[in-house]
Amino acid sequence: MAMNGGVTWRRTEKIDGFNFSPTDTAEEVHVLAVDDSLVDRKVIERLLRISSCKVTAVDSGIRALQFLGLDEEKNNDGFNDLKVDLIITDYCMPGMTGYELLKKVKESSVFREIPVVIMSSENVLARIDRCLEEGAEAFIVKPVKLSDVKRIKDYTTREFRAGEGEEKERSRKGINKRKLRDSFDDLSPSPSPSPPSILFPSPSPSPTPPQSQSPSPSLASAPSSPSPLDSPTRRLKMTISE
Amino acid sequence: MEVGQMQRRLVDYTKTLFMEGFLDAQFLQLQQLQDESNPDFVVEVVSLFFDDSEKLLNDLSMALDQPNVDFKKVDAHVHQLKGSSSSIGAQRVKNACIAFRNFCEEQNIDATLRCLQQVKHEYYLVKNKLETLLRLEQQIVAAGGSIPATEMGF
Repeated sequence: MAMNGGVTWRRTEKIDGFNFSPTDTAEEVHVLAVDDSLVDRKVIERLLRISSCKVTAVDSGIRALQFLGLDEEKNNDGFNDLKVDLIITDYCMPGMTGYELLKKVKESSVFREIPVVIMSSENVLARIDRCLEEGAEAFIVKPVKLSDVKRIKDYTTREFRAGEGEEKERSRKGINKRKLRDSFDDLSPSPSPSPPSILFPSPSPSPTPPQSQSPSPSLASAPSSPSPLDSPTRRLKMTISE
Repeated sequence: MEVGQMQRRLVDYTKTLFMEGFLDAQFLQLQQLQDESNPDFVVEVVSLFFDDSEKLLNDLSMALDQPNVDFKKVDAHVHQLKGSSSSIGAQRVKNACIAFRNFCEEQNIDATLRCLQQVKHEYYLVKNKLETLLRLEQQIVAAGGSIPATEMGF
C-alpha cells in the first residue's frame, strides 16, 4: 500500500501474512505496477500477488523510473539488479503517461527487454496501436481481471525462459504474431456484466474519435480473421472470456 | 438469527444488487480475490473507493461552482471516478460518469450540474448497499460462519 509518498517497497519474503521462504525466489516474477489511482493500485497489487508475483506498486511514471534507477538525476542507465520482470502501467496518468514511461523503458539498453503492459479504461484503437508500435507487449482494457493477469504472467514467463532465444528476438523486432485466443464470444454491446478486455488493433488505424466510450461495436466490426496479420507492427491479440 | 439464515440473506441481497445493476462482474472479481490470507480485501478496497469518491465529488462540486467552469478539470475528475467505480464494479456510478463525460465534452453547464446530482445519487445508493452487504458479511463471520461465494451464472 502506498503510504509514504506513493512508493511501496515490498521485497520481503512475507507474502499475504504468511512467513514464506520460497526456495525459488529467483523464479518468482517481479512486477512493477504503475497507477495513479489508489483503488486500482490496490486491486492490481492483489491480482498480481494472488498470481504468485512479487509486486512493487508506485503511483507515477517518475517514481517507476526512480525505482528502476532510470531517473534523470542519476544520469545512468540503471542496472536491473532489482530484477523487474514485467512492468504494468496505467496509460492515463498526470505528469508522465504510461506511453511516455513505455518509451523511456524501451529507450534504455538495460531495461528495454522488460515486457511492458499498458492498462487503460479507454478502448481507443489508435492508442492501442501506438502502444504496441512503441513496444508494449499487451494492452489491457480496464477493469483488470484475474484472467488478464494470468495471461500476461504466462506470457512473461515464456519470454523469461526463452532467454536469448528466438522468441525473444522476434518479440524485440516487433513481429510477434502470438495470438492467444481467437474467440470473440464475449464481444457484446454495452449492457454486459463486464467489458471484454480485448487487446487487438485493427490492421489500419481507422479515424477514431479521441475519447471513444463505447468500445464493443467498433471492435466487433474490425477485420479480425484468424489468419496472421502481415503488418510490420506487432499484433497481439488477446481475448478474455472467463 | 442463525448462520445459515444469515448466509441465505446475504446471498439473496447480493443477487439483488446484481439484478438491479448496482454491481457488475468486477465486484465478483474482488470477492474472488478475498481469502483466509486476505480476509478484509473487499472491505479495504471498498473503503478506498468511498474515500476517493467523496473527495472527487467534493472537487467536482467546487469545479462546477466556479464562474468560469474549467471543463477539462471537471472531465479529469469524472474520468477518475469512472475508473475507480469501474474497478470495484459499481456499475451505475460508472454509467453515470460516462454520461457525465459526454456533457463535459459539450461544455454544457446545466447538463453537467444535473449529471453531478445523478452521480452523487448513484454513489450514495451504492455506498449504502455496499455497507449493508459488508455488514451482513461481518455478522456471519462474527457468528463463526463463512461467507458464501456469490454464484451468478454470467
